[in-house]
Amino acid sequence: MSVIEMDGLRKEFTVRVKAGRLRREKRTVTAVDGVDLRVERGEMLGYIGPNGAGKSTTLKMLTGVLTPSAGRAEVCGLRPVADRTRLALRIGVVFGQRSQLWWDLPLRDSFDLLRHVYRVPAGAHAARLTRCRGLLDLDEFLDTPVRQLSLGQRMRGELTAALLHGPEVLFLDEPTIGLDVVSKQAVRGFLAELGRSGDTTLVLTTHDLADIERLCRRLVVIDHGRVVHDGSIAELHHRYGSRRMVVAELDAALPEPPALPGAPLHRAEADGRRLVFALESASVAEVVAGLAGLATLRDVSIVEPDIEEVVARLYLSERRGPLLTPGG
Amino acid sequence: MGSVTATVAPPTDAHVTPWFRTFGAIVAAGFRRHATYRQVAVAGLVTNTVFGFLRCYIFLAATDAAGRVAGYDRAQLATFVWAGQGLLAVIAIWGWTELAHRIRTGDVATDLLRPVHPVTSYLAADLGRAGFAALARLVPPLVVGPLFFAVHVPRHAATVPLFLLSVVLAVVVCFGCRYLVNATAYWLQDVRGPMILWTLGSGVLAGLYFPLGFLPGPLEATLRYATPFPSILQVPLDVLVERESTATGVGLVGLQLVWAVLLLALCRLVQRRAERRLVVQGG
Repeated sequence: MSVIEMDGLRKEFTVRVKAGRLRREKRTVTAVDGVDLRVERGEMLGYIGPNGAGKSTTLKMLTGVLTPSAGRAEVCGLRPVADRTRLALRIGVVFGQRSQLWWDLPLRDSFDLLRHVYRVPAGAHAARLTRCRGLLDLDEFLDTPVRQLSLGQRMRGELTAALLHGPEVLFLDEPTIGLDVVSKQAVRGFLAELGRSGDTTLVLTTHDLADIERLCRRLVVIDHGRVVHDGSIAELHHRYGSRRMVVAELDAALPEPPALPGAPLHRAEADGRRLVFALESASVAEVVAGLAGLATLRDVSIVEPDIEEVVARLYLSERRGPLLTPGG
Repeated sequence: MGSVTATVAPPTDAHVTPWFRTFGAIVAAGFRRHATYRQVAVAGLVTNTVFGFLRCYIFLAATDAAGRVAGYDRAQLATFVWAGQGLLAVIAIWGWTELAHRIRTGDVATDLLRPVHPVTSYLAADLGRAGFAALARLVPPLVVGPLFFAVHVPRHAATVPLFLLSVVLAVVVCFGCRYLVNATAYWLQDVRGPMILWTLGSGVLAGLYFPLGFLPGPLEATLRYATPFPSILQVPLDVLVERESTATGVGLVGLQLVWAVLLLALCRLVQRRAERRLVVQGG
């Protein structure tokens, strides 16, 4: 049985919009539009999409905070809304923009309180806390009130707080938002370590695709509340034609753009002295050999496909679709 | 192997004891949270004391030639005022907008992700807050008042424990009212309107601005028995000054208990209704 199951999950919100000086009209906005998904135990799933795509709404329905308008969701065999308090004992949630810690209390007191709230045996709590202290370097600010922590420190505290009761599923909603490079690396390293153990299922929403690249083998892209891609990152590149690039630095510009079979010229820079070829069917060796016969090569480098670019293309293509639909 | 005799605790105990431990831990955390803001406590204490003098002189000026008004003598009035000044902070009649703020910002989502019902969790934290306020804000006026005014000293042994029980119930009743006022944010987003109504209404109807005995008899009786407001302040103060017999005092505390249970049930009902239509602000 999958640890997370969604069948036709849908969430609609009613908003009131101004329709005259005094009149207001009710309008229905569909945030999540029939999502079907299965997540297996121990999987690390990246759940991405542009702003307003329905990522956080999905997560809130899976955690029982929001009631779905239609469809079915099951997490750890429980119905999130009906069994919310029971489910809370089996899942952990980190919201990058919200805190589950007690603002006025030192981090240590927050952790101690969470032990009682989640009814964790003292031994298990101590063991998990020791592990998090080691991996996330918590010791230097363990006695600092949460309100005085930096964002990076707080996020490390949030991650610990979400894991102290040993959840089977960890939901992370933009956990690296606003963090500096070092803190991001600390969070990613910790999550990668957590994923390696295979005990915890991880669902991660983020706008930082480096998080996904480092952590998730499976990527689900959602837009306008619908799943538009479900597969590996490699499959995404393949589907949207992401190509590796060969960048050739020449001694002097060629009189005419070179035509290399299987590697069309992507762009020319520096007055034609830097040429960028997209690898389609040709190999790097064939491109280099072809160019060497035409010009003196100064340097050659290979650029791997950029996930940001392919995801941006995916978002744009999805966005243009509905806009072109009559009345849409 | 010999037989093993296992004593299995009844299922209710297995659930009730951890529940009390969790509840106790949140109460203790509530106490610690508020104990960190000592300067706020001192500032509040000074304000309460100044207003204590003002209110005491005004009420004493209203007494007749025999030194009585609305069933209170001068000593009872002084006790009513000074204990009331201390109780203001214990029941936290005004200024609690934490839940409304969390609804408005969407942070309430994290409250719903805990394995404790939000009403239970907020109540426990509020009792912890009240515990700190009882030490820091109730005791000092009870010491300052008798230094400047002749006060009423309880004559019956049952009065003090009954007063303490009444204060705990007053905190719960007041919490229930404040929770409901805050919960309007689920529908309105901005609770300034309900909050102004609450601030004005609670002060008058709970017996803060004047003891409800100052009102005409039928109106006082209606307020006393048909609304929860007197349970917030008037009842514990009447118990302390022994305005009624001990038996009547017990009856009034019983009525407080009824209001406390009703209001907590209503809070849970409202919370359930709100969750069905919840929109988490800010994504």
